[in-house]
Amino acid sequence: MLKQYETVFIMTPVLSDDQMKEAVKKFENILRDKGAEIVHQENWGLKRLEYQIQKKSTGFYQLFEFKAGPNVVDELELQYRRDEKIMRFLTVALDKDAIAYAEKRRTHKFGQKKENKPEPVFEYKPEPKFEAKFEPIVDIIEDIDLEQIKENKEE
Amino acid sequence: MAQNDIKYLTPIAVDFKTKKYCRFKKSGIKYIDYKDGEFLKRFVNEQGRILPRRLTGTSLKFQKKVAQAVKRARHLALLPFVADNLKTNQ
Repeated sequence: MLKQYETVFIMTPVLSDDQMKEAVKKFENILRDKGAEIVHQENWGLKRLEYQIQKKSTGFYQLFEFKAGPNVVDELELQYRRDEKIMRFLTVALDKDAIAYAEKRRTHKFGQKKENKPEPVFEYKPEPKFEAKFEPIVDIIEDIDLEQIKENKEE
Repeated sequence: MAQNDIKYLTPIAVDFKTKKYCRFKKSGIKYIDYKDGEFLKRFVNEQGRILPRRLTGTSLKFQKKVAQAVKRARHLALLPFVADNLKTNQ
């Protein structure tokens, strides 16, 4: 049975956009030639690195998800090592939870990263103005008082 | 003598410990993604070290997965190996 893998690699920021795409194509072709079935691919673009690699502080990230038999990963990683454009790579075999997660991730945020998500627009609603109703308390009291007094007198 | 014999009119406030729980078990997360650096920053202190289980309350099963994911993220420069003020920079 074919195993599912996921590979992420970082390319040098020195490349132009076309060169970067070419390099991605190259690795895609390597995978296809070896009989791997590419399930998904993602380009994260130029990202800031948390620490410097080869004195560079940014890099192009690329992700491939593929199904392949044995030896394909070995060959892929050999090609990574031979290529000067690749600064870092990581290949991981996915277990069943990881595959479920990857599918979910694909459907939920395909092509859009968390940072790019538009923030929910917060509508500012001005609070209804507090309108105090000042009733002429004194008048009422006076009225009552007067009436009561009158009533009392009448009684 | 005097110091030990202080009596309080009102009982002193004692903080009751809230029971820690494993957030992955509780919310049903089965796989921890190494590609999500921002999420993993919750399990790392300001210097970039992985927080121990006794502070986060994560169960052993998921602590191992967190550790694995953090280490992968570090390899891909999504998390730093060492840092100062990792949390204050955000």
